[in-house]
Amino acid sequence: MSEFTLRLRRYDPQTGEPPYWESHTIELEPHRSVLEGILQARGRFDGSIGIRCSCRAAICGSCGVRINGQPGLACHTHLDEALERSSDGVISVEPMGNMPVIKDLIVDMDAVHWKKIQSVTPWLLGREPVPEREYLVDREAMVDVTQSMACIQCGACVSDCLAMEVDPEFTGPAALAKAYRFVGDPRDAEHRERLTALSEDPHGLYTCTHCFKCVDACPKGVNPMGQIMRLRRIAGSDHHIEDRNNGYRHEHAFVKNVRRNGLLHEADLLPDSYGGKFNPRAVPELIASLPVALRGVLRGKITPAKALLHPHKASKELRAIFDKIESKPKRYELNLYVSGTDEDNEPQTAEAKG
Amino acid sequence: MPEHDVLIIGAGLAGQRAALAAAREGVSVAIISKVHPVRSHSVAAAGGINAAISVADDWRSHAYDTVKGSDFLGDQDAIEVMCSEAPGEVMHLEHIGVTFHRNDAGELDLRAFGGASMNRTAYVADITGQAILHVLYEQLMKHSSTVERFEEWFVTSLIVDDDGSCAGVVARDIRTGRMETFAAKNVILASGGAGQCFKPTTNALICTADGISQAYRAGAPLMDMEMIQYHPTTLAENGFLITEGARGEGAHLLNSEGERFMARTAPNKMELASRDVVSRAEQIEINEGRGVGPDGRGIYLDITVVPRKRTLEALREIVNIGKDFAGVDITREPIIIQPGQHYIMGGVKTDKDGRTPIPGLYAAGEVACVSVHGGNRLGANSLLDTLIFGRRAGEHASARARSMAMPTVSGAHLRRDAETIEQIIARPRAGRRISEIKEELGTTMNQHVAVFRDETGLNSALEVVTRLKDEAQSAYIDDRGTVFNQDVLGAIELGYMLDAAEAMVVAALERKESRGAQYRTDYPERNDAEWLKHIDITRGEDGTPKVSYSPVTITQWQPEERKY
Repeated sequence: MSEFTLRLRRYDPQTGEPPYWESHTIELEPHRSVLEGILQARGRFDGSIGIRCSCRAAICGSCGVRINGQPGLACHTHLDEALERSSDGVISVEPMGNMPVIKDLIVDMDAVHWKKIQSVTPWLLGREPVPEREYLVDREAMVDVTQSMACIQCGACVSDCLAMEVDPEFTGPAALAKAYRFVGDPRDAEHRERLTALSEDPHGLYTCTHCFKCVDACPKGVNPMGQIMRLRRIAGSDHHIEDRNNGYRHEHAFVKNVRRNGLLHEADLLPDSYGGKFNPRAVPELIASLPVALRGVLRGKITPAKALLHPHKASKELRAIFDKIESKPKRYELNLYVSGTDEDNEPQTAEAKG
Repeated sequence: MPEHDVLIIGAGLAGQRAALAAAREGVSVAIISKVHPVRSHSVAAAGGINAAISVADDWRSHAYDTVKGSDFLGDQDAIEVMCSEAPGEVMHLEHIGVTFHRNDAGELDLRAFGGASMNRTAYVADITGQAILHVLYEQLMKHSSTVERFEEWFVTSLIVDDDGSCAGVVARDIRTGRMETFAAKNVILASGGAGQCFKPTTNALICTADGISQAYRAGAPLMDMEMIQYHPTTLAENGFLITEGARGEGAHLLNSEGERFMARTAPNKMELASRDVVSRAEQIEINEGRGVGPDGRGIYLDITVVPRKRTLEALREIVNIGKDFAGVDITREPIIIQPGQHYIMGGVKTDKDGRTPIPGLYAAGEVACVSVHGGNRLGANSLLDTLIFGRRAGEHASARARSMAMPTVSGAHLRRDAETIEQIIARPRAGRRISEIKEELGTTMNQHVAVFRDETGLNSALEVVTRLKDEAQSAYIDDRGTVFNQDVLGAIELGYMLDAAEAMVVAALERKESRGAQYRTDYPERNDAEWLKHIDITRGEDGTPKVSYSPVTITQWQPEERKY
């Protein structure tokens, strides 16, 4: 048994008081969870501590919180690990972000998370005719969508999504991962319609800024950002959906830019995204970006020489990487459930098992 | 006052399936749940769902395995319904989007499971319950105009009117504390089991016997309450479930001598004998000093014999549980497990359409006892039970709703429940804390109403439960608020658990034989002559449990000795 101090963010909407911190000292083995710590505090000291919880085993998705500022499940975070990540020897627990707080550690998921889930038509639009028995589908395809199916709707990824902080209308990591669950499902009949809607939405597929926060936050390895990138690849490369948000052309300009320059040449990226410097569509965009460029110059982040005369050229080796990837007949997608190293496939010998 | 043709309490698999079935019939439907539907405990079901869908299989084989697994206490007419309707139900789930894993031909893959004579368990990795629950919730979102959802509402009591019919419920909006009377032509209880009466348990914190006790208090009989399933593979430390799918994929159980001891008990099925048999065999190893772990209270589950790629693909969740909650890489080393409380076969007595003896009151899923599981439930039959009988209850209640008027309900029930809640909140800070009473209940039940039982132990459990019921009357809480007052709900749940626990102990004392999950060391034999019957428990006028019996329905399979 060890002693741990939990500092809980408390808030009671009925008192009219602002949120405050409250500390409790609890006693548990270090590998027990933060949730068990909170429940001990609730059971022994103060039954009014509010937290949603049920399964205790990271499967029901109820206890999403921020621990020392990091989003995650309280039941899925060990006390000793939480303490290691603390800067002052106290484990702080507060409600998730990007969602309004109802009481203590309980947030309003309906107002944000579930509304966004509802926005992606979150049910199968099955192919017709519906077969008498099961749809016959590729074995790997079903294992593949299991990764996004493994989402427990805990909201940890929503809590710290930076793009959503800037654009609260952003569909967000959880709902887009849910969308992949249908786009990746061969039984669904409306992949193209789904992808078009997500791409054309100014708060949709291309709003994600690849910050990786959701990947870190997810307790189930769903890799929401990875699912978003897969949606983009399918929308762009397979369905050639050129969206009005310019997301598709921007991605292609990015790839072309790096292929040509080796390193990103930012001065070219924007015009390239709009079809090149001399494309009439690029002109208003370039003019609109001038204040940003000017601020960059003033703060010394850009020099005119660097901006205009990009010194890099892609090396032969880099081009070879591009050629090799582009010549593959099939994209290789990383997926937790579709694991496949050679070592994994080798039958274990009795000796190896000891 | 909201009025509905069919009002469903609980939004796990049984409740959601009932709601969707009723909505399809075109009646007005609402579903009330004390948690958001996807938090329901069905989410934790891991291994899969049984159905004789293989061309080589036959539902009669599934039915026989279920009858045998039940130790012949299951009602065979109900088992026939469940098993014959299983393939259609699984195909329905597949059509609405459940991502069942496939074989190389693209058909549903089937894995081996305990007590089954062939592979008939369809699965989604080891998150089958989660996958089905989330897909049903997708359908609820799709049909949001026809199924009204009251998420995070807590039912405080069932309303039974003067002619003895169920006419609705009283519930509290957890978010605001507002009480509401829901009038309904039919109420379907689908609020799950009672695992929190035990500690440890694989069950979630929300499994507090709510529906079982609400029905019991309303006068409905409970059946088979002595039949408590101990799952053979739960984490020694905190009771977390390690799916039977692990043994289905080929994992071994080993004692401290490295012996696959199941060879002595079940030479044919080995680790895949039925759960009561495996748990008992494990407990014997532990009791006779061949256990493993620091205190010798565990058994090794060796998953390293399963190819690593297969484990990572099909048993992903327990790879995570091993890593996160036991610090073990199950693909590289054995993990220590022990039998742990998992499921209650008993519950509110119903017929094949989910009807209880109270008109207008139905029950389905773990809260109910049809009885398809009898003395012991087979793995992967619980998901099936929830879906088949959830659907049937939804359909039957819809048909009943068409031929009747909406009952009129007075506000008296609400006033009584609101008063009870105010009284709990106002209790002085004397007496015991709710959490202490719950802890004592859980450890007592786990000590005396577990794998092995005897009269002395059961009597002492009854004494404790009776005392705790008394103490609970004055147990105090801290939260005085109305917004998310989980404290006061905890006090009400404690009352539910104590009523259910009392019924379990009384039934276990009553059954003076060993059958299925009930093993009495003082009556070690199965005794068909005297005990091939259900024990029904009804709440007497004085509030104490009254025992009666009902016959077991036998259609085509006569009781015989069970061998695995």
